[in-house]
Amino acid sequence: MKPQRAAPYLLSLPALAVYAVFLAAPIVSIALISFQHFEFYGGIQPGFTLENYAQVVSDSYYWEIFGRTFAIAAVVTVLCAVLGTFEAIVLHRMDSRWKSLFLLIVLGPLLISVVVRTLGWALLFGSTGLVNRALLATGLFAEPIQFMYSNLGVVVALTHVLVPFVVISVWASLQRVDPAVERAAVALGAGPATIVRRIVVPLAMPGILSGSVIVFALAASAFATPAIIGGRRLKVIATAAYDEFLNTLNWPLGASLAVVLLVANVLVLVTSNRLIERRYRAVFAESAA
Amino acid sequence: MIRNGPVALAFHALFIGFIVAPLLIVCVVSFTPLGYISLPTDGISLRWFAAILDNPRFISAFWISLALGLVSSFISTLLAVPAALAVARFRFRGRDAISALLLSPLMIPHIVLGVSFLRFFSSLGLNGSFAGLVIGHVIVILPFALRLTLAAATGMDPAVERAAVSLGASRLTVFRRVTLPLILPGIVSGWLLAFITSFDELTMSVFIASPSTTTLPVRMFLQIQDTIDPMVAAVSTLLIAGTVVLMLALDRLVGLERLFVGKARR
Repeated sequence: MKPQRAAPYLLSLPALAVYAVFLAAPIVSIALISFQHFEFYGGIQPGFTLENYAQVVSDSYYWEIFGRTFAIAAVVTVLCAVLGTFEAIVLHRMDSRWKSLFLLIVLGPLLISVVVRTLGWALLFGSTGLVNRALLATGLFAEPIQFMYSNLGVVVALTHVLVPFVVISVWASLQRVDPAVERAAVALGAGPATIVRRIVVPLAMPGILSGSVIVFALAASAFATPAIIGGRRLKVIATAAYDEFLNTLNWPLGASLAVVLLVANVLVLVTSNRLIERRYRAVFAESAA
Repeated sequence: MIRNGPVALAFHALFIGFIVAPLLIVCVVSFTPLGYISLPTDGISLRWFAAILDNPRFISAFWISLALGLVSSFISTLLAVPAALAVARFRFRGRDAISALLLSPLMIPHIVLGVSFLRFFSSLGLNGSFAGLVIGHVIVILPFALRLTLAAATGMDPAVERAAVSLGASRLTVFRRVTLPLILPGIVSGWLLAFITSFDELTMSVFIASPSTTTLPVRMFLQIQDTIDPMVAAVSTLLIAGTVVLMLALDRLVGLERLFVGKARR
């Protein structure tokens, strides 16, 4: 087939046009109102002001929300990275029959609504209290732990929601590892822990890092899980923006929260992907040379 | 090949338990014969499944989500297929930029999309309308449809198309008889993933749905915020069952791991 010059542009034009009208324009419009003044009885006022950002940056109420969002996202990221990496290694070493079954079980929940998965945790933590019953039965805990409406509960549920992303990305990078490397380590007398620590984890590092970046970004902007498990008092950025838009109706302030979240999110994703790519491209180039 | 030791298998068992437990409890609780959340210790009952049928708000939310998922996944697939072919089959100036742009909604938190659409649609008088929901969902799910079609089109051998041309087939015939059948599994799985993503979407829809266009996840979210009763669990059980069926279909079609990594293995 003889490629025509205009063909690829014409083919991608419909999708790009839809993005220009229905993605770029709405985001620009929300960025614009974040610079406008809000009157409680007059609504959004014309003009230009930085007061919404000033309030978000100076008010300790918002500092607390930013701090909580960041802390929850950081803890969830570490938990997902550790648990997801080990599970991916275990899956990688299984028989192909068991491997495909368990891969289905681990990745399948990604296709089930977050509302359903979070409801499951609300049931385990709250109404049935099964988690606490199990914890008390082990004898390690003297009294029940408060999971509902606590940071701990949000962390556990979010880890469950997001850990498949690390499993899949580590699993994908393990697929590219030459099994001979591990056999060589065994032949040289390395124990199982040493092999995981010195061979498998370093080789899987690009997958661990890129999975963790995705988890961090999704955890920092999560809405359903903090709203259901955290409740109204434990606010994160997403639930605070929800309140400003649908309860207080202070759209300019909510818009500034959304812009801060968007900018932070894009910065984290773009810079970390750059860093990971640069670092590991160098490694791969070296080993190829 | 190194085998898993006992420690690894014990970890694996705990991990699988952690993954399955919340889904399992939802299913178990939905069979309770009692009027409140409880484990069905004395007998099981289908009363909460029957209760769904008597609840018009959940029934209409289901139909809205179904229609929304079908319409928006259809539109996004129509937009994604030509774009995927452009990126996969041509080398042109701006190719990397265009493909990054097409995937860019993946980088935007849904809460940000939600408030942006709320503002934008309000100024157009579209807020709360079905059309508004369709537009929002098309934007969110297009990258999913695109990625899988792209993987299929990239993995395809261009020599097959050249062979068809050299045998005298017209451009249209080549597309219809050669290209399309070869990338069809990618298109279908992209469409399915787009549909599921639309059907499950909460965070953006919660801003742009009105009481008459409330989707199922939004309905469930609002209900759970209010009170958790066994009926929400019953709805969730049905959703889990439906997702398992679609998931097995997708697994047959492309392999679940490829679905999420988004790359064709050749």
